Amino acid sequence: MSVAKPLPHDAAGLHVTGAARYVDDIPTPRATLHLAFGLSTIAKGRITGMDLAEARALPGVVAVLTAQDLPFANDVSPSIHDEPLLSDGTIHYLGQPLFLVVAESHHTARRAARLGQIETEEETPLLTIEQALAADSRFEDGPRIYAKGDAATAIAGAPHLLKGSLTMGGQEHFYLEGQAALALPQDNGDMLVHSSTQHPTEIQHKVAEAIGRPMHAVRVETRRMGGGFGGKESQGNALAVACAVAAGLTGRPCKMRYDRDDDMIITGKRHDFRIDYEVGFDDTGRIRGVDFVQYARCGWAQDLSLPVADRAMLHADNAYLLDHARIESHRLKTNTQSATAYRGFGGPQGMLGIERVVDHIAHHLGLDPLEVRRVNYYHPPARTGPGTGQPYSGPQTGQGHRYAAPGPARAPQEDLASRGAASNVAPPRVPEPPKGAQTTPYGMEVTDFILHEITDRLAEQSDYTARRAKAAEWNAANPILKRGIALTPVKFGISFTLTHLNQAGALVHVYQDGSVHLNHGGTEMGQGLFQKVAQVAAARFGLAVDAIKITATDTAKVPNTSATAASSGSDLNGMAVKDACDKIRQRIAEHLSELHQQPVESVRFEDGRVHVGGETLSFAEAAQLTYEARISLSATGFYKTPDVAWDRIKGRGRPFFYFAYGAAVTECVIDTLTGENRILRTDILHDAGASLNPAIDIGQIEGGYVQGAGWLTMEELVWDDRGALRTHAPSTYKIPACPDTPDIFNVALWEGENPAETIYRSKAVGEPPFMLGMSAFFALSDAVAACGPKYPDLKAPATPEEILRAVARARG
Amino acid sequence: MDIGFLLNGEPVRIRPEPPTRTLLDWLRDARGLTGTKEGCNEGDCGACTVMVQDETGIRALNACILFLPQLDGKAVRTVEGLRADDGGMHPVQQAMVAHHGSQCGFCTPGFIASMAVSHANGQTDHADRLAGNLCRCTGYAPILRAAEAAETAPIPQWVTTDASSGQDSPGGGGGGSAPLLPETSDDLAELYAATPDATLIAGATDVGLWVTKQLRQLDPVIFLHKVRDLQEIEDWGDTLRIGAGVTIARLWPLMADLYPSFGELLRRYGSVQVREAATLGGNIANGSPIGDSPPPLIALGARLHLRRGDTRRDIALEEFFLDYGKQDRAPGEFVEAVTLPKRQPQMRCYKISKRFDQDISALCAAFNVTVENGQVTRVRTGFGGMAGIPKRAPAFEAALTGQDWSEDSVKAAAAALEEDFAPLSDMRASAQYRMAAAKNLALRYFHEIEGAETSVLKVQP
Repeated sequence: MSVAKPLPHDAAGLHVTGAARYVDDIPTPRATLHLAFGLSTIAKGRITGMDLAEARALPGVVAVLTAQDLPFANDVSPSIHDEPLLSDGTIHYLGQPLFLVVAESHHTARRAARLGQIETEEETPLLTIEQALAADSRFEDGPRIYAKGDAATAIAGAPHLLKGSLTMGGQEHFYLEGQAALALPQDNGDMLVHSSTQHPTEIQHKVAEAIGRPMHAVRVETRRMGGGFGGKESQGNALAVACAVAAGLTGRPCKMRYDRDDDMIITGKRHDFRIDYEVGFDDTGRIRGVDFVQYARCGWAQDLSLPVADRAMLHADNAYLLDHARIESHRLKTNTQSATAYRGFGGPQGMLGIERVVDHIAHHLGLDPLEVRRVNYYHPPARTGPGTGQPYSGPQTGQGHRYAAPGPARAPQEDLASRGAASNVAPPRVPEPPKGAQTTPYGMEVTDFILHEITDRLAEQSDYTARRAKAAEWNAANPILKRGIALTPVKFGISFTLTHLNQAGALVHVYQDGSVHLNHGGTEMGQGLFQKVAQVAAARFGLAVDAIKITATDTAKVPNTSATAASSGSDLNGMAVKDACDKIRQRIAEHLSELHQQPVESVRFEDGRVHVGGETLSFAEAAQLTYEARISLSATGFYKTPDVAWDRIKGRGRPFFYFAYGAAVTECVIDTLTGENRILRTDILHDAGASLNPAIDIGQIEGGYVQGAGWLTMEELVWDDRGALRTHAPSTYKIPACPDTPDIFNVALWEGENPAETIYRSKAVGEPPFMLGMSAFFALSDAVAACGPKYPDLKAPATPEEILRAVARARG
Repeated sequence: MDIGFLLNGEPVRIRPEPPTRTLLDWLRDARGLTGTKEGCNEGDCGACTVMVQDETGIRALNACILFLPQLDGKAVRTVEGLRADDGGMHPVQQAMVAHHGSQCGFCTPGFIASMAVSHANGQTDHADRLAGNLCRCTGYAPILRAAEAAETAPIPQWVTTDASSGQDSPGGGGGGSAPLLPETSDDLAELYAATPDATLIAGATDVGLWVTKQLRQLDPVIFLHKVRDLQEIEDWGDTLRIGAGVTIARLWPLMADLYPSFGELLRRYGSVQVREAATLGGNIANGSPIGDSPPPLIALGARLHLRRGDTRRDIALEEFFLDYGKQDRAPGEFVEAVTLPKRQPQMRCYKISKRFDQDISALCAAFNVTVENGQVTRVRTGFGGMAGIPKRAPAFEAALTGQDWSEDSVKAAAAALEEDFAPLSDMRASAQYRMAAAKNLALRYFHEIEGAETSVLKVQP
């Protein structure tokens, strides 16, 4: 069967020969125009005058547009319409698009974009979490609070108490392909848009608003992205809308791609956070109560910040059973780029908070942090069912809970397919967990916890205990260089927390020659989704995967799609495709069973052939027979995730269908004179359920780990006090390079099925491995701790400079 | 003027207009060869890497900051032209598929070009060779596996064919705003004296960004890459004379032999693609406070040789740097060579940056201390990133000279660095860090000379 095979990425052969086309590679009609934004050079204020004559006069410039020139909506927000395409007179951050140049070439457009004479009345910007707090500048009315038990009392009554604060920087996505869009005007003012987007439906919706047409007039196609990582969930809206508007006004195709510096200056990044904590615990390190206050710097527009901050709260427990916990979350509005989705979507920030608490406790008690992690882990699933005396409380599979009636009618322009719609949607009625169940701080029962076994196996395979002892010995003998080692776990919730987004559609055609055309709502950004889903389709028909034609995501084939985000791509689209394939397979089987007078259940699809009774047909012959019998060989498929229901205001319910798990051990070395550091070895054991494609899943794990480690080590975003992002190119913003990959890098998949009923019992794997990078951060903290008696209080990112400061703190 | 080169085996003859048109733009816009990607447009990500061959070798270069005239007489291979002899995939392409080395695929053509170059040259230090190619998806592990797997596969025939047929240059006269391509330093001296407002372009790893990022229209320009006598390295016994046009890539093995820590610094200088283009003369002449070659050269007592017309002079390298953005260089005067002593084994230099590879230094420090009978008799230093120019540290040097060679006296002398420098805070590091690290590097120097292990890069798992 095609599933579970380690097949290469479907486009690997195109990638390596340069034949894979990205938006900027699509041959354009001769009359195509090129766009660039003129950007604000102050972080906050009002425009008092705009002189664009010089830009307009540059030879090759066709038009220069301002907000007044936009025919319809001036809005590219995925949430609350607070993000104008072009400034309406107010400047919210340094880098905000103020005007749009339309020119004969990309270079002319870029040149003209720098010729605007903008007069402004400058105001003092709010740049930091502290400044925003002081000004009470925030999204939502006040902090969100999720709580379980009575944290204050538990902390006060605990034998030990610690307080601390951790800051962590944001992260630039640094997709290698910058944002890009191409709009081609069609008959009757319709628009075809090629967009490098994780969310074609969102692009369709925003473009339709901007050109004043229904969604049916806009078709969005996305064959592939050169990386997304969340940075193309909403951040491509501006380019697509600008292209469509300019194409509408000029009647000519319009293309826009950001130069790398513009891309980094204009678009949002991962949210940086400050997390304050207070924890009470016993002599073994078991947490009695914990209180977190999370501060998220959201930037100037709301974008997806509410669900990001929610997810940070939802991962404040990570792998630990907290009897008494309180999580308070502040979503702060600042005059910086609007922070957006980034792999993990707040989860990494929330998790880093509790991992820091655990590390701090271990240091305080002089224990191996791994022991403290273990005593706080959730319990493994109890044996249930007949003979155990325990009621079955495992994963639910469809019939469990009732959904609430739909909420009140909403204005038509609400962007329901966006995660940013979180604040607009009425909460569903949520289920209560069974009495006595172990629950997360938000009241979801944890039934599938496998980290005890994963941790034991990984600790053994990586020789954790012996290496920890060896590192201590080595440190005693080395005054200048110090080693550190850490094992950190990941438990990551899988599903969109905005429940209605957990749906997907597919369109499958079988042709008379037995070849199959596959389409679904997911987008390909390098994660191998298309191949995994094609493997599902091939498996359903019993075909080799090359019989399946993978096609570009297209809003005209599958409508109303959710973003390819939240690690949900294979779970949702795999199931939708299975549904479509099974419909066609059933029709073929019914027809053949009738022809051969055999029970329909006896028809088997295997090895490219269809077996019925004693007869065997090729799949093509079966398709032909079905066609001749005038039976449809085309079907749509649909899937919705069962059992999830979540009230984000109350912080109660079941936001996740299941959890994905993994753990990593990292060993690193630091130089106490300069803070220079590097990763020596990494061992990972990660749970992808019954993997649809082990090679692709291991690729996600290796890449996710390195990206996560990059976030917490060398990747540093720096703004100056005017609000200018000073790290706006790879010359100044450093993502891990080839030599930064660990010298020894062992990655293995946990062998086990997903207890939840997912596609072939696989698990989502896009985001969870990112957080394995935390082990690098805590290994560095461990190395610093070897320098002195005090807790290193390491901040993220742990650049050489930060490590040198932490060494000084550890020495006291 | 026209230039000619071989593109994927086919001769092309073009008039580069403007002369600062980049190869990347031309490939994508004029030739429709969209396999080569623009990732950053500043030579920092490697997505635009192409293979360029001439009689001096096969190298990987960043097409985004490579001006068309720089290709005159060479052979260029883009990802579309990298094939096996049977027309199928090149061995590195096959290996990248087999080892799952591509995910989103956007960086992949650049990796393929870099890997094909290493493959043709028989280079197997893959992590170093690929440090100038950024990938955000894979974490590099499968790419390194692929590079290893392809090592022993046969080199395609066209590599040899390109070498023999790539040098047919049409050349042609200058005039107007046409690029000037002198071939001897005498010609260059004459040209530059006559057009002192011209921009000199050697490797274009810095000037390239003036065009791609600052959108400057440079006119006139003089390209230096054809001036062969600027690319000579002469061994004068105790002294080496290195022509200004010698690339960092050529300098690296030389320094790795003479001064291993200088070699190590050059290993981390830019990336392969940058080192193959950037020249020693360019690194000095642009006057950057954070250029990596001046600190060790200053600590070694290198001298800079300048020429204007027929007038030559030489000065101590540190005297060239007058102030931020200001050098001791008259209009029409250019850097001809650097001379440096060959036997100063006690010199060490250190580069501190957020990332080890392809990162601009937050600071760079070089120490050259002579100890006789336990006494410090002579100190020369060179620092980058600590001031507006590369500089010696006179207070530190004075404080250490005449002292016992001990950790305490080095520590005491390091305090004098506060008199020497008042560094800036910027996105690379704070002033406090720069000062603290500079002091600590003096200690690292002491410990290293005394035989202690001080580099995290040397620690094995």
